[in-house]
Amino acid sequence: MFEIDKWQEIYSTIRKNKLRTFLTGFSVAWGIFMLIILLGSGSGLENGVKEQFKGGANNGVWISSGQTSLKYKGLKTGRQIKFTNEDYKSIKKTIDGYDRISARLFLGNKLISYKNEYGSFFLSPCHPDYGFIKEVDMVQGRFLNTIDIKEFRKVAVIGEKVKAALFKGADTSAMGKYVKINGVIFQVVGIFRDYSRNDDEQKRVYIPITTAQRVFQGENVINQISFTTGDASEDEADLMINKSKALLAKMHTFDIDDNRAIFVWNKNEEVRKFKALFSGIRLFIWIIGIGTIIAGIVGVSNIMMIVVKERTKEIGIRKSLGATPWSIVALIMQEAIAITSFAGYIGLVLGVGLLELIAKNVPPSEFFRNPEADFSVALMATLLLILAGATAGFFPAMKAAKVKPVEALRDE
Amino acid sequence: MIAINQIHKSYVTGQNSLHVLKGIDLQIEAGEMISIMGASGSGKSTLLNILGILDNFDSGAYYLNGLKIDRLTERKAAQLRNKMLGFVFQSFNLVSFKNAMENVALPLYYQDVPRKKRNMIAMEYLERMGLKEWAHHLPNELSGGQKQRIAIARALIGKPKVILADEPTGALDSATSLEVMDLLHEINATGITIIIVTHEHDIAKRTGKTIRITDGNITEIILN
Repeated sequence: MFEIDKWQEIYSTIRKNKLRTFLTGFSVAWGIFMLIILLGSGSGLENGVKEQFKGGANNGVWISSGQTSLKYKGLKTGRQIKFTNEDYKSIKKTIDGYDRISARLFLGNKLISYKNEYGSFFLSPCHPDYGFIKEVDMVQGRFLNTIDIKEFRKVAVIGEKVKAALFKGADTSAMGKYVKINGVIFQVVGIFRDYSRNDDEQKRVYIPITTAQRVFQGENVINQISFTTGDASEDEADLMINKSKALLAKMHTFDIDDNRAIFVWNKNEEVRKFKALFSGIRLFIWIIGIGTIIAGIVGVSNIMMIVVKERTKEIGIRKSLGATPWSIVALIMQEAIAITSFAGYIGLVLGVGLLELIAKNVPPSEFFRNPEADFSVALMATLLLILAGATAGFFPAMKAAKVKPVEALRDE
Repeated sequence: MIAINQIHKSYVTGQNSLHVLKGIDLQIEAGEMISIMGASGSGKSTLLNILGILDNFDSGAYYLNGLKIDRLTERKAAQLRNKMLGFVFQSFNLVSFKNAMENVALPLYYQDVPRKKRNMIAMEYLERMGLKEWAHHLPNELSGGQKQRIAIARALIGKPKVILADEPTGALDSATSLEVMDLLHEINATGITIIIVTHEHDIAKRTGKTIRITDGNITEIILN
C-alpha cells in the first residue's frame, strides 16, 4: 500500500494536471476549513455564554418573593409576599438534601466611604453559605462566618472594584480598615473577585444579614432564599424546589400555581437548557460542515472519474501485464485518498490557524470568547478526510477495475 | 503449448450479432513461431486476444500449457497473463509517464518483486536490447524501433512461455522491422513460443508457419 512506486505514480499524474488537482483539492480544503471555522465559532459562542454563567454554583436555586397574581382563599391579587426569617428557618428545617442555604436582603445601593473616598455600591446582606452558593472567590481575608451572624458583627466583605475605588494612594491595604456604610462603621474582613462582567456584581459588599436587619431595617424581612441542591439528581432537585414552593405557599397563603407570587430560578435547569441548545448548534454545524465536505467529495469523485477515463488505456496495459482488478482499485483509491487527505490537511491547518488568530486578536465579548478546535475535533476531521477520500475514490476505482483490457487497448 | 478446439466468438451490438470466429481449431507446439494473416475484420486480432486471455469466447475449448482456460476470474486471468504470456503491440503501449526501465520492470511489479531488484533485472533486459543508455528516458523521447524493443523487453521480463505480437512491425519502417524480426527470432531460439499477427507477407514468411484466416475460419496453413 505504501510502496514508493505508487506514490511516484500519483505524483506524476498530479504533476501532469496541476490546475485540475488544485481545484479538486481546493474544494476539499475549503470544506474542512469551513467545518473547523464553524466548530471553532460554535465553541467560541459556547465559551462566551458559559462565561455568563460563571459566578454561582451550577446546582444553585434562588427563590425570590413577588406579588400574587391569582385569587386564593378569598384573598385579592396583587398582594406583596414578604419573606421573613421564619421562611428561611422552616425551609432549612423541612427541606432535605440541600447542601448550602442562605437568605438575602435587598437593600440596593448604599453610600460607602473610607476617609475622603466614597462611592455607591450594592449592599448584599446574606448568610455565610452564600459565599458557596455564589462561588465567591476570596482574594484576601475571609468570607462571612456564623459568629458574624450570631453576634451581629459589623464586618464587610468587599469586591476588588470597591476596594480600588475606596483605597487609593498609600492606603492600598483594605484589610482590617473601617469603612462607613450609610454612616455605620464596618470592618473590612475580606476582599473578593467576581468573574462576571456584570458591573453590579463586581461592585458588591457582603455583610451579615442579621446585622443588616438590625442596623438598616429594624425588622425580620428577607427578599430571597437560595440553596444548592448538593449532588441531587434533576428529579430530586425539582422535588426540593416543589416542596419549598408548597411550604412558602402554605406559610403565605397563596396559590401554589401562582408563578408571580414567588420566582424560582433554578440554575441547573438554565444550564441544562443551554447545554441542549449548544448540542443542537453543534449538530447543526456538523451537518453543514459535512455537507460542505460532501460537495468536495463529489468534486474529487468527479475528477477521479475523468482520471480513470483518461487512464483507461494505461489501465488496459497494466491489466495485460498482469495487474489484478484489486491492484487497480488500490491505485485509484490511494490517489483519491492522497489528494483529499493532503488538501484537507491544509484546510485543517488554515482553519485552526485562523481560529488562533481570532482568539489572540479579537477581545472576548459577552457572547464570544476563545474560539477553539480541540484535538478530538481535529482527529474527527482527519478520520472524516480519509473516509471522504475513500468514498471519493470508490466509484471511479470500481469503474477502473471493470475496464476490459481488449477494449482499453483497442482505441488507438 | 496451445490447443484450441471449435472456438466460436460473436460480438453482440444491440440486435445485431457479428459472428467473428466460426469454429477455429489450432495446435501450436512449444517453441514454434507462427504468424496469423488475414484481412482486417477476418477475426485474426480477436483470435489473438482470446489466446492472450484478454477476451473471452462463446464456445469451444482452449488449453494453454495444458491448463483449461474457461471462465477464469479476472484475478486468475491476470496472474496467468503475468506468468505465461508476453504482449507486443503495434502501438507499443508503453506507459507514457514511466521511463524505459520502469516500463520494462512493470510486469515484475505485479509479481511483487522489490523495486531495486526489478529495476536491476529491467536494466539487464535493456542491456540485451542495446538500450541501456536510454533507460531513464521517457517513451516520447525514443524512436519507434527503440520503443518496440522496450516493449519486447517488457514482454520478456516475466519469463513467459508464449509471446503474442499484434502487428509488431506495423508502425515501423522496413529496416527497423527487420531488426525487430531478428530480435523475435533470437527470442524464439531460446524456446519461447511466438505468435505474430500481421498482414505483411515479408514478416509472415520469416515465421515457421503461416495461418491464414478468412471470415472467421482458418482457410490455409502454409509451412514456410
